[in-house]
Parts: sequence; C-alpha cells; structure tokens
Amino acid sequence: MRGGRFILYAAGLAAALALSHWGCAQRERALTIKGSDTMVILGQRWAETYMKEHPGALVQVTGGGSGTGIAALINGTTDICQSSRPLKDDEKRQLTEKFGGPGHETIVAMDGIALYAHQDNPVSEMTLDQVKAVYTGAITNWKDLGGPDAPVVVYSRENNSGTYEYFKDHVLGGADFAAGVQTLPGTAAVVNAVAQEPRALGYGGAAYAKGVKEIAIRRDASSPAVLPSLETVRSGEYPIARNLFYYTRRAPEGAAKAFIDWALSEAGQAIVTEVGYYPVR
Amino acid sequence: MSGVPNTIAGDRSTALARRGRRRWTEAFVSVVLRLCAFTAVAGLLLIMVFVFREALPILTDPEIQREASIAKFFATPLWQPVGDVPKYGLAPLLVGTLKVVMVAMLFAVPIGVLAAIFASEFAPPGAREALKPAIEILAGIPSVVLGFFALIVMASWLQGLTGSVSRLNALNAGIALALGVIPTIFTVCEDALRAVPRSYREASLALGASRWQTAWNVTLPAAAAGVAAGVLLGLARAVGETMIVLMASGNAALVSASPLDSVRTLSASIAAELAEVVFGSAHYSVLFFLGAILFVTTFVINVAAGLFVERLRRRLAGA
Repeated sequence: MRGGRFILYAAGLAAALALSHWGCAQRERALTIKGSDTMVILGQRWAETYMKEHPGALVQVTGGGSGTGIAALINGTTDICQSSRPLKDDEKRQLTEKFGGPGHETIVAMDGIALYAHQDNPVSEMTLDQVKAVYTGAITNWKDLGGPDAPVVVYSRENNSGTYEYFKDHVLGGADFAAGVQTLPGTAAVVNAVAQEPRALGYGGAAYAKGVKEIAIRRDASSPAVLPSLETVRSGEYPIARNLFYYTRRAPEGAAKAFIDWALSEAGQAIVTEVGYYPVR
Repeated sequence: MSGVPNTIAGDRSTALARRGRRRWTEAFVSVVLRLCAFTAVAGLLLIMVFVFREALPILTDPEIQREASIAKFFATPLWQPVGDVPKYGLAPLLVGTLKVVMVAMLFAVPIGVLAAIFASEFAPPGAREALKPAIEILAGIPSVVLGFFALIVMASWLQGLTGSVSRLNALNAGIALALGVIPTIFTVCEDALRAVPRSYREASLALGASRWQTAWNVTLPAAAAGVAAGVLLGLARAVGETMIVLMASGNAALVSASPLDSVRTLSASIAAELAEVVFGSAHYSVLFFLGAILFVTTFVINVAAGLFVERLRRRLAGA
C-alpha cells in the first residue's frame, strides 16, 4: 500500500517536473520587447493581435523609456528594443564591442510631435523659431505670438524621455530649456495639465492630443502652417516628425524576424494608424 | 511522532518531553525574532552602503569629476542634466526642497499640534474616537493618490484663489505634502500629550487655571520634547516624500523665493530621472549623491527626534 502511494507521488512529481520544464521551454521562446514609453501602447497592441493570429507565439512588451530599452539590448536582456530615437554613437560602439556589430535598425512607424495649447487659445500657428524661443525662455508672453497679453505657461516632458531628447535636439537645436519650463512625468500628464490651463503650451506625441488644441507649425516664416497628419508627416512637410525604431543586435531572425515582418505588413501597419501614429508602408 | 510518549508512558517522561518541546519552541521563536530584527538593520546598512558607494565617484573619479563635482554643483544655477554640456546646479533643487518643506510645515505643524491638543485635552470621548481613526486613514492614503488629487483638483482651486501663473507650484505641492505629514505629527504629539500624568492637569485646574491655560501652559510644555519629536518626524517625512511633489510641483528647476513658482525637489529629481540614466555615468552618480544628501538629512532629523523622545521619557519618569 505504502509503496504504491510512493510510486504515485513519484509519478506525480515527475509529471510536475516535466510540465514545468515544458513550461520553461515554452517561455524560452517568448520574444521580449522593451523600450520607449511612447511606443509601449503600439508594441502591446501589435503583440496582442500577433499572438491571436499566431497561437503558440509569446511576445512580451514592456516600457521604461528608449534609453532603458537600449541598455537592455546592450546587456542582452531583451530581444528587440523599441526606441523613439536613433542609437547614439556611444551605444553603437558598446553593441559592436559586445556583439560584433552596431545593431540592426528597422523603422516601424512614424510619429509627429504636436504642440498642444488650451482649446480656447486664439493662437493657432507658430513658426519653429517661435517654438524654440518659447522653450528657451526668449518669448514669455502670448502677445508675442499673436495672442492675448498673458504669460506662457510652458510644459515639457521629464528629461528621461525620448521625446524630450528629440525636442531638445531638433527643435531647440541642443539649447537648454528655460529654467521655468515645468516638466511632468508622461505625455498624458502634460496633455491633462494643458487642457486645464488656458495659458499653457506643451508638446508630445500627436496620438495623445485629446481635449487640447494642436498648433500648426511653420518651418520658417515663409512656409505654410502645417498640422501633423499622415500626409504631412510622411512627406516631411510637418517639421517635427520622427521615426520610431525597432533595434535588434543583429539582422532579425526566427521569432523576432517573423514579428517585425508582421508589424510591417498591412495588418501590422493598420494598427499603427489605430494607435495614432503614422504607418511607414 | 505524537504517539510515542503514550506507548512509552510515564507522567514524568511526558512532562520532560513537554518541557523540552517548550524550550525548543522558545529557542526557535527567539531565533526567528532575532533574524527579523537583524534583517531590518542589515537592510538599512546595505542601503546605506549602496547609496554612498554609488555616490562616491563624485568625490573620487576624475573622469566623472570633469562633468560633476562638488564645486560644479554650486557653480551654476541650472539643473540641465541631459544635453551636450550637462549642468548639475544643485541650487534650484535645494531651494525647491526647502520651499516645499517650509510651506508643508507651515500648514502641518499648527494643524497637527493643535489637533493633538484637542484630541488629548478637550475632545469628549466620542469625538476623540472619531478623530483618531479619521486622521490615521489620512496617513493610509497612498502618496500617489494625494499627489494626483493635488495635480487635478487642488491646483485649479488654488490657482483660482491666488491667481498664480503656474497651476503647479510650491504652495500646491506644500499643502498636499502637509496632508501627508499631519498624521505623523498628530499621532506622535497626541501620544506625548497623553503621557503627561493626570496629576499635572489636576494641580493646574485646582489652582484655578482654565482648561485652555492648563493645556497651553502646563500640559504642552511638559510634553514639549515629544511634540518636538513629532514635528521632526513630520519634517523628515516631508523632506523625503517623493510622489506628492513629483506630481504637484511642476518640477521646474527655478531659483526663486516665491511660493507661487514651480519647484523641483531633490526627491522628485531622483524619481523622475533615475529610471533612464546610463548606469555608472556622471548623471547616475549625481542622482545617488542627491540620494545621499536626503539620506543624511532624514537620518539626522530622525536621530534628533529620537533624542527628544528619550528626554521626554526621562522627564516624565522623573516627575
């Protein structure tokens, strides 16, 4: 009797071990994607739909910021890094040292950075130079922008965001933000603050502009004022647009290649539009 | 196993076995308790070592000192850690922390101390029963919820009231922070006041003093050290509190005296920036240096509070 029970236990244990081992084996095939907070919603929607269409595939998407994702790519703790900025030379060098190549870049979508203002704000267009002047502190009053005589309350993202770095490099030309610029954690917080503050100006992904007004941007005084849209971002007419990247250590293969190829397919790019970014194909 | 004493029998051996088991249980419990106590202390020590080790390159590594050093912290009034030429001016962060903490203490100390006096000296039992749990619930509200409330609701009220340019400013963050600090001050002060022996109050009342005169001139001075400890513990909490200020202060690194300007604090800078700094970079070390400053500050405040509590205990015991 006892011996019988022992055998039963042993069998159960063996089965449990085998099962858990099988589970591990399954998990090893999970494709991990990490990086940009801007792209986290896009990545997750891709992963959900992809896993529905490909039973057995497992894709895990986490955020943390572009820098976090790139660090994870360099440390080998993620398969794919999603980044809202291109790799820096220093990061390419680290990848080359560790993996013998500067990493493989795929542009998976495009994003327009919109400038948000309060819905009741009469100002509806600005030149790039004016945007820069406001964010560096040279212009502090809406009347210099064709609006009412009221101070501009300027909002920015925190300095750990890819959007912040993009804005600093491409709109401010590398200049420092004015000290009075308020920073908030997350684009949603910026949109929320702008929606409640009639004198506010903020920036962030065009996808997030709910309850606020987008400002049309002129590249310079003589060019037309353009709002971010599929046509204007893709054609390069809208001046504050950027590529969204998937980085892999080497040219993607296996599960990573299947996923990236699918993301670039018609079905994948349709999701890009749904989420509020601009498709590349 | 439990059947063994029965088969061997004998009251004496059963009693011995029981005593042995009890001794064994005793030893086991004592080991577990000791482990728990030392885990907390070890945690503290490890965190201390970690924070200081990561901050150390600021003082020792010439590579990092080229970007950030003690001298550079005070050479610029700008906090712009990301860019071609990063600027790590600590002045705006120190001023910001000081401003928010001052506003918070300005609201929290009178409210917390007076509420404690009311609860211990004046409140009828029913009111006291209602007041204490209410304030303790306030202590239980997660700080991120307080911060969110300040970001969405309170900021708009205050802007309507003060007409300030920025919705999010030191006043807004300070008041939200006060809500987080009041329970600490209240609880410690109330305990201190209630620890004052009845005979003090009776003597004062017998001499013809009113209840308010008794509370203000006799009970409060007798419990002064405990009240001071409560205020200090509240101060330590205010200095270290992160989520409330991160959400409610606007985080602009300004050096200004106005409480209606947006501020950036030490703790909020760490929370906002640490997630994405390059491991081992100058920025990384600077953030840990900020952490070390906070650590030392709250540590000193806490030790001072402990000394006050000790003094109160001795004073009341000597009475």
